[in-house]
Amino acid sequence: MTTTAPETRKTPGRPLPRRTRRGRGVMSSTGLYVATGVAALLFLVPFYVLVRNALSTDAQITGEDWTFFPTDVQWGNVTAPFDDSRVPFARSLWNSTVVAVLHTVGVLLVCSLAGYGLARIPYRHADKVFYLVLGTLMVPTAVTFVPSFVLVSSLGWVDSYRGLIVPGLFSGFTCFLFRQYFLGFPRELEEAARVDGLGHWGAYWRVVVPNSLNFFAAIATITFINGWNSFLWPLVIGQDPGAWTVQVALSSYTTGQTVVFHQIFMATAISIVPLLFVFLFLQRWLVQGIAQTGIKG
Amino acid sequence: MPTPTEPGLARPAPAPVPPAPRRRGPRRGNTFHFWLFTGPFLLGLAVFVYVPIGWSVYLSFFEARFTVTPEKFIGLDNYRHMLTNDDFVGSLGTFTVFAAFIVPTTWALSLALALLVHRLRFMRAFFRSVFFLPTACSYVAAALIWKMSLFSGVRFGLMNTVLGWFGVENVAWLADPDPPWYWLVIVTARLWLQAGFYMILFLAALQNIPGELYEAAAIDGARPGPQTFRHITLPQLRATSAAVVLLLLVAAYQAFDEFYNLLDKTTWGRPPLVELYLKALGENQDYGAGSAGAVILTALICLVTLFQGRLMGFGRGEGTK
Repeated sequence: MTTTAPETRKTPGRPLPRRTRRGRGVMSSTGLYVATGVAALLFLVPFYVLVRNALSTDAQITGEDWTFFPTDVQWGNVTAPFDDSRVPFARSLWNSTVVAVLHTVGVLLVCSLAGYGLARIPYRHADKVFYLVLGTLMVPTAVTFVPSFVLVSSLGWVDSYRGLIVPGLFSGFTCFLFRQYFLGFPRELEEAARVDGLGHWGAYWRVVVPNSLNFFAAIATITFINGWNSFLWPLVIGQDPGAWTVQVALSSYTTGQTVVFHQIFMATAISIVPLLFVFLFLQRWLVQGIAQTGIKG
Repeated sequence: MPTPTEPGLARPAPAPVPPAPRRRGPRRGNTFHFWLFTGPFLLGLAVFVYVPIGWSVYLSFFEARFTVTPEKFIGLDNYRHMLTNDDFVGSLGTFTVFAAFIVPTTWALSLALALLVHRLRFMRAFFRSVFFLPTACSYVAAALIWKMSLFSGVRFGLMNTVLGWFGVENVAWLADPDPPWYWLVIVTARLWLQAGFYMILFLAALQNIPGELYEAAAIDGARPGPQTFRHITLPQLRATSAAVVLLLLVAAYQAFDEFYNLLDKTTWGRPPLVELYLKALGENQDYGAGSAGAVILTALICLVTLFQGRLMGFGRGEGTK
């Protein structure tokens, strides 16, 4: 916006607003960075506390005076969560990995196919089917966890990967997002594939998917983060500690009788690390995906 | 690119043979392919979404404790029980208070962050990442950091340490409902977690505002700052704002993780989902009453969504049909 200022200056009769605006610009640019910097520091405080406590001894954490950072960094704390026999932390990390990965793959596969079918394959009753999908958007999945649990437990899927993963695959919202995306997919590409002798199925896998990798990556990132971070459903399904995901394991620390601070903070830090990696490497797609889907959805 | 190959490929093929299967193929194939693509999803949707909802409605009319195949029909008793249950009705009150806090504050904070980041000329990506970073954290992790350190009620908690520097006594943030400081803990945790996400939405919207609007305003003598913000930026962000408010409201309605982890063992500050969790999966395993509660909550959120959709002008397409 500031680059447009010189053009407005062509009118000779207005030197005053120009000067004040430039003055404001210099003032506010310092103020702008100060305000943003302060806000950023506040946003980083929880991360600082997390790292500080994870690398301190309990005596330092609960000490009289606030130590800014431990001088003798306790790298040995890294193994603390794994040494605790009460909470199967390593197992829960593995469970979370399996659940998040399979959840992401499953959601992408099932929802993208359905979204494509709804968007691009002409069928008389496609409208009615679409309304069936839309209807589920009105009912947030979290609210239906009681009946879902009832169903899953009568299938005998409690404490199993099936129970953790399968019920979450059929996301009406993700299907809806894919449909909206495919509606905007260039028809020429598919028609070219059709002319080359590919049917819907072939065109989808050979032309549509390879040309939509950005969108798939965006949805995958969001789905993976949600899968890793979800808590209510794994809490309901994971009754046996062997079936806990990492979020359920973390939560169990607060209900334990003894509180070992450095262990809790180290476990929390470890649970966040994989996501930070996902986040740093895939941020471009993530931001793009949120900007696209959040508004359209 | 692929178009030049079309004639080349079509020409060698003998003319009369391919059109016959191709014309019949797609027509029969469309129905087949529609179900091939949507079938797995629809089947799952039926089994894991529609069946549970139906079953839940069914259970809500029966006395169902410790069983999901009940026999004793009790009509609307479960609904009567839930609607006169102080805990359940109280949880709706808790949600109302929570929404009243979290929706406006998140809206304002994420918009403010977006406005700041939008005006930065360098280090923009860095600051955007910093504000966006908490999105990677789970509610459980945040609840642990908040409960065990930031807002720990003992004196080594960060907030109590900082207050201590100013000679303020320790505050029992979570352990004492009077005064209800726990709201500060709950709201700041969620603010930190989700402000960055909505900031991204606002940033995208800010980038879509045509620059000519500001130029025109400048020519008309509008001063940049509050004036252009009120008369250009805010109105241009209307659609995004409406979407953000709706998303925030639905998210607040489903709040569970941080309440469960921050306020376990307390009798206050229970939102609807925590109440339902305790009702249906707690000691009594009362699936009937739990299902009735789920039906009531679902009905309420449908009402709110529809009402707000109307209010904000969404779903106009559906309305005209």
